[in-house]
Amino acid sequence: MHKESDLDDSDRLLEQVRQALQYATPLRIQGANSKMFLGRPVAGEVLDTRSHRGIVSYDPTELVITARCGTPLSELAQALDQAQQMLPCEPPSFADATVGGMIASGLSGPRRPWSGSVRDYVLGTRVITGHGKHLRFGGEVMKNVAGYDLSRLMAGSYGVLGVVTEVSLKVLPKPRQCLSISLELDPERALLRLAEWGQQPLPISAACHDGQRLHIRLEGGDGSVAAAHERLGGELLDSSYWTDLNEHQLSFFDETQPLWRLSLPNNTPCLALPGTQLIDWGGAQRWLKSDADEAFIRNVMAEVGGHATCYRHGLVDSPFQPLPDVLMRYHRNLKQQLDPRGIFNPGRLYAEC
Amino acid sequence: MNILYDERVDGILPDVDLALLLHTLQARLPGLEVLHQREELKPYECDGLSAYRTTPLLVVLPRHLDEVQGVLQICHELRVPVVPRGAGTGLSGGALPLEKGVLLVMARFNNILHIDAAARTARVQPGVRNLAISQAAAPFGLYYAPDPSSQIACSIGGNVAENAGGVHCLKYGLTVHNLLKVEVLTVEGEHLTLGSDALDSPGFDLLALFTGSEGMLGVITEVTVKLLPKPQTAKVLLAAFDCVEKAGRAVGDIIAAGIIPGGLEMMDNLAIRAAEDFIHAGYPVDAEAILLCELDGVEADVHDDCNRVRQVLEQAGATEVRQAKDEAERVRFWAGRKNAFPAVGRLSPDYYCMDGTIPRRELPGVLQAIAALSAEYNLRVANVFHAGDGNMHPLILFDANQPGELDRAEALGGKILELCVKVGGSITGEHGVGREKINQMCAQFNSDELTLFHAVKAAFDPGGLLNPGKNIPTLHRCAEFGAMHVHMGRLPFPELERF
Repeated sequence: MHKESDLDDSDRLLEQVRQALQYATPLRIQGANSKMFLGRPVAGEVLDTRSHRGIVSYDPTELVITARCGTPLSELAQALDQAQQMLPCEPPSFADATVGGMIASGLSGPRRPWSGSVRDYVLGTRVITGHGKHLRFGGEVMKNVAGYDLSRLMAGSYGVLGVVTEVSLKVLPKPRQCLSISLELDPERALLRLAEWGQQPLPISAACHDGQRLHIRLEGGDGSVAAAHERLGGELLDSSYWTDLNEHQLSFFDETQPLWRLSLPNNTPCLALPGTQLIDWGGAQRWLKSDADEAFIRNVMAEVGGHATCYRHGLVDSPFQPLPDVLMRYHRNLKQQLDPRGIFNPGRLYAEC
Repeated sequence: MNILYDERVDGILPDVDLALLLHTLQARLPGLEVLHQREELKPYECDGLSAYRTTPLLVVLPRHLDEVQGVLQICHELRVPVVPRGAGTGLSGGALPLEKGVLLVMARFNNILHIDAAARTARVQPGVRNLAISQAAAPFGLYYAPDPSSQIACSIGGNVAENAGGVHCLKYGLTVHNLLKVEVLTVEGEHLTLGSDALDSPGFDLLALFTGSEGMLGVITEVTVKLLPKPQTAKVLLAAFDCVEKAGRAVGDIIAAGIIPGGLEMMDNLAIRAAEDFIHAGYPVDAEAILLCELDGVEADVHDDCNRVRQVLEQAGATEVRQAKDEAERVRFWAGRKNAFPAVGRLSPDYYCMDGTIPRRELPGVLQAIAALSAEYNLRVANVFHAGDGNMHPLILFDANQPGELDRAEALGGKILELCVKVGGSITGEHGVGREKINQMCAQFNSDELTLFHAVKAAFDPGGLLNPGKNIPTLHRCAEFGAMHVHMGRLPFPELERF
């Protein structure tokens, strides 16, 4: 499992953070930079995490893998493949993403509503803090409620609270059977059917409507998948569809108009928004290509209890949905406590933190 | 070292003018029920960790959210510590009152506000019992997955505060994995919504941070949980082993075969005999260990997996493998396990339940070490174990009426937890730190890590008025505790003064 490229380079990372602390130099934490289009621009010295790489430990019967932040996701997937296991939340790789970037962005793939998100699989982390310390939180066990859950807090925090140098993740066996189908259904009826199927013990592990057809992935034992296939019918679909969806390789994602990610309650009906939409996560995530005004999109989202993220870099000042004032104050407090010198990715998430 | 709040090492608490506090509460919140007579306070002096008791200054039992907000605002103005409490079933003393603090009881918020079958969610008040959610969801074919043993009595607000587990965690996750949104009031009485009705929300994942924070960061006033469709069927296999190591290895073998059971539990001989005596579950009393393996899901898959697991168990050296022949026998098999604690309670006047977790591969060594410690401290230990997720519940048997036995039981418990930390595990899998494991936190985390925890606390409660003394020890407590546990000639936290 160990490779020549494996290297514990945490001392160098720690040294660079300590230097930055001394001079209050902002740091732009960067792995493969595959998600540079997300969030606000950060002016700062690059802290390149890619040299700190390699799988530290992996015992398939413990269902836990521990890897350094610079490890490419492809390397993680390869190790898991060999043991017939997987990271069920399907983080997108966007070509060459690293483990650190996966945690920082917290992005999850098509299986997310049924399996949980990246944060749900985080068991423990090592973090370089804004006090210049290299600390360990959580661990390699499934259940651990000692102290505050700083490990899961790191997921999706875009590096503004510290540098995650290592992470332990829960993994699971791959399903015995996997089969994908596509059905002729309009989006309104598709959402109704998904709400109905969601209340039944069907082995659905992905559901996406591209405007024309509903695509479904079935995963489980031989018996349940065959029975569900018989019941739902439809045409067989190549499983590479889900990778293309996850990696934004479907033609829908060919950029013309600005791309927005809408996260909303799964049973929200079809939204009347200008532009084109693609429904993923069984209704809970929708992709919108639209020239519509930011305020308009955010208002529609607020009405349905969701939020919108702009995926086109530099289009709007705050790509992530702005927070209510009180909540923002506690975000600032937390940032101030964990990164008092304000050196970690300042402004990446919000201008205020 | 005593775990009751000790101002010398846990921090000075502000002195409270009781008459002024009482007057202010009654004047500004005339409808609020306040208990202040000695005999009224008595029932609230402990939670599920009944070996430790403190009479609270006052107990308040609000019925309306504006009363909760009012209590928090008044206590904040007058600098009075507040200890939140749900159903009071917690096993780590997370709701242990303070002599100088108000006990804020949320149990009266017991309404299920909305079950949304299409969205598969339930929005409930914090005092709703865990089991009541599944009961309310049952007509829709849905249920709430986390099932702590106390689910008949424990409330969802407490479940969130403790990140409660149960016997189905390996497959269905902990409380944190089954939440969408919580409404909280901060120490100042400000309202925050954490999470949302969508699967994620913008900003930091404060929902994850608050889950398991033991009432230290805010008071939970409403919870939206995810519901799951009920599995079509569930089957249980019972396997007997003539040695504990073989049973431990069988657990790894089941997972290596690509199977994630709904529940996977292990009991040792002392626990088996106690449970059998009490419940008559049909357990083999001469076995050194048994495994209970529950497989749930769609009928056809469960049938196939039962056959696979049976084969794995036989190859792992099980002396007997039995499948519950009907639902009644399945319930009986589980009843033995779910009643293991009270069953062991019948063997001894008192027992002390531990909650350490370990990587599963360490199980044989840890069980041997526990047996050795049991002999050294001359106290019996029964072992029940959430084998699937490495969460051990050693039960230390003792008699509190025998001078010194409680101290010995605590010392033995402390050793077991330190052992868990040493092999890469944790001092608590699901019961929480509370006050019970406050000293062992010093073994799990170093002073820099504890300092960062205190920084998190300061972001939400800089005055330290919410549930002071729980969950995270002060560095002074660790210094004091460390003074009694000098490791290899090195004193932990040498920079701190000793008391």
